[in-house]
Order: sequence, then C-alpha cells, then structure tokens
Amino acid sequence: MPTYGKRLRGLSIITLTTLVAALALVFFYAPLDANQGFIQKIFYIHVPLAIVSLCGFVFGGILAVMHLRTGDRRYDMRAYVAIHMALIFGVGGLITGSIWAKASWGHWWVWNEPTLVSYLIVLLMYATYMPFRFSIEDPERQSRYASVFAIVAGAFVPLNFLAVRLAQQYVHPRVLTLAGGNLPGPMALTFYLSLLGVALLYVTLWKYEMAAKNARIQMRALRRRLLGDDDIRPPQRTAAPSL
Amino acid sequence: MTVLGVAPALPLHAAGKYVAGAYVVFVLVILIYVAIMAIRLGRMERALVELNRDLAQRDAVADPEPGPDGGREPAQLSTARDSSL
Repeated sequence: MPTYGKRLRGLSIITLTTLVAALALVFFYAPLDANQGFIQKIFYIHVPLAIVSLCGFVFGGILAVMHLRTGDRRYDMRAYVAIHMALIFGVGGLITGSIWAKASWGHWWVWNEPTLVSYLIVLLMYATYMPFRFSIEDPERQSRYASVFAIVAGAFVPLNFLAVRLAQQYVHPRVLTLAGGNLPGPMALTFYLSLLGVALLYVTLWKYEMAAKNARIQMRALRRRLLGDDDIRPPQRTAAPSL
Repeated sequence: MTVLGVAPALPLHAAGKYVAGAYVVFVLVILIYVAIMAIRLGRMERALVELNRDLAQRDAVADPEPGPDGGREPAQLSTARDSSL
C-alpha cells in the first residue's frame, strides 16, 4: 500500500506560504487596473481556480488512462479524487467569476458569452461523474466505466477550451495569449504566484484526500483480518472506488 | 507593520464588497473542505479506538489469565460494526 501522507507537512507549509505571499502581492503590490480598478483583484483568484480545475479534470483523465492500461484500481482512486477536487475548485471558480461579472458587467451571468457557458457545460458534465459511478453497483464495472468517462470528458476539456478561443464573439477578457500575455510585470508576477499557490493547494488537498481514503481502506482491511470476513458488514453502495 | 503602514490604502468603498465576497468564497470552500475532513478523521479515530478494543479483547480470549477461582468467562468480541470503513 502506498503512503500518501509522506511529505504532506512540508507541502502544506509551502502551500500556505505561497498563498499568503500571493495574497500580500494581490492587495499590496499589484497595481490597480486602469479600466476596472479594485474589482480586477478578483482576477487573481478566479482565473487560477478556473485553470487549476480544468487541469485537474485533464489530470483525472490521464490517471484514468493509466487505470485502463494497467488495471490497477489505485489509479481509479487517484482519478476519482483528482476529479472530485477539480470539481470543488471549479465551483469556486464559477462563484468568484459570477461575483466578478456582477461587479464588472452588472449581471451575475451572461448566457451569450461562450467562455462562461462552456465552463458551465464542463462543470455540469463532471457533476454527473459521481451519480454515474453511484449508479453502477459492481465495483469492477464501476471503475472501468468511470475511467472511460474520465478519459472522454478529459479530452473534451482542451477541445472545448480551443473552441472557445476560436470563437469570434466574446466579452470575457483574453489575458493569456500565445503572444506572451497582456499583463504588465507586477500583475504578471502576482498572477503567476497566485496560480502556483492554487495549484499547490490542489496538490496538497489531493494528497490529503488520498491519505484519508488510503487510511480508511487499510483500517477496513485490518478489521477484516481481525474479526474475519463474516463479522464485517459489506460496505454500503458508494460512488467512491473501493480497492 | 511598517510595510502595512506605507502600503497604499485599499479603495474598498465601491468594489470592496465584491472583492471581499470572492475571496471569502475561496476561504469558505477551503474551510468547508477542512471541516468535512475533520469529521471523517473523527470517525476514523473512533473506529480505530473500537479496533484497538477488539484487539485487546481478542488477546484476552486467546491468553486468559487464571483468576482467583481458577478461571474466568471468556470475553466477547465486540460485534459493533462500522459500515463507514
């Protein structure tokens, strides 16, 4: 059994330090945006949350590929946790984006904006991942079908991103471009540190979740060895993978 | 404190509530997650206590110490089951 709690304390400290440093830069270093003023500060949390959540979905897809290739159910567990965490970050990105939209555009949501709607579609698609898993009772089939879902959905994420980029009509700002980005130095530094902080937070929480699940599985196995298979009630039907 | 003293005042009057709202959402998401993890940890801790107790009882059954009357009733293993594990 792997141990996911290894180096977790150090990682947690690095994550916390990076996030605090990023917040300090956001409020006391990065200049105010010429157009939006103070409202633009939301950018430093909204965009990293959105980027990290999308990367988390792709990460889940890669782990699902590993699961199907190797047949090792631990990869299914890792993919499940990766998608679970990405969904949480995605909801955070959606809410912060909505707040920014209200402050900037005067509306909580704009339905004819491709960036917003496509992101919502991705989130809704992944929101079906847990009920989908729950609907399949057999653990073996559950893990295989869920991996196929994670791969297809994970491939959809970059395609969706590209499609939105190619769209002509949008009001959502384009900050990061292939030409090198439109951010001035202090803003870029603050943004990249925020992105690093949120990415580290994702990795830390992923490891926490994996460590907790791993400990629970090990304890169940220990209990089975101690009391025998007959004395342990079979686990309730769940969306979470079981090893 | 010196750094904060020379830092420019934040223009909170107009957009402050929106910016605060966005960052509060971020902190809340993390706090809710930590709270859920704490509940799970508590549940696991209770299960561990139960497991230790079962183990001690099993050891007592396997290796009974003779009492003053020459023996004692074997202890029963706990039948409490935790389906959350």
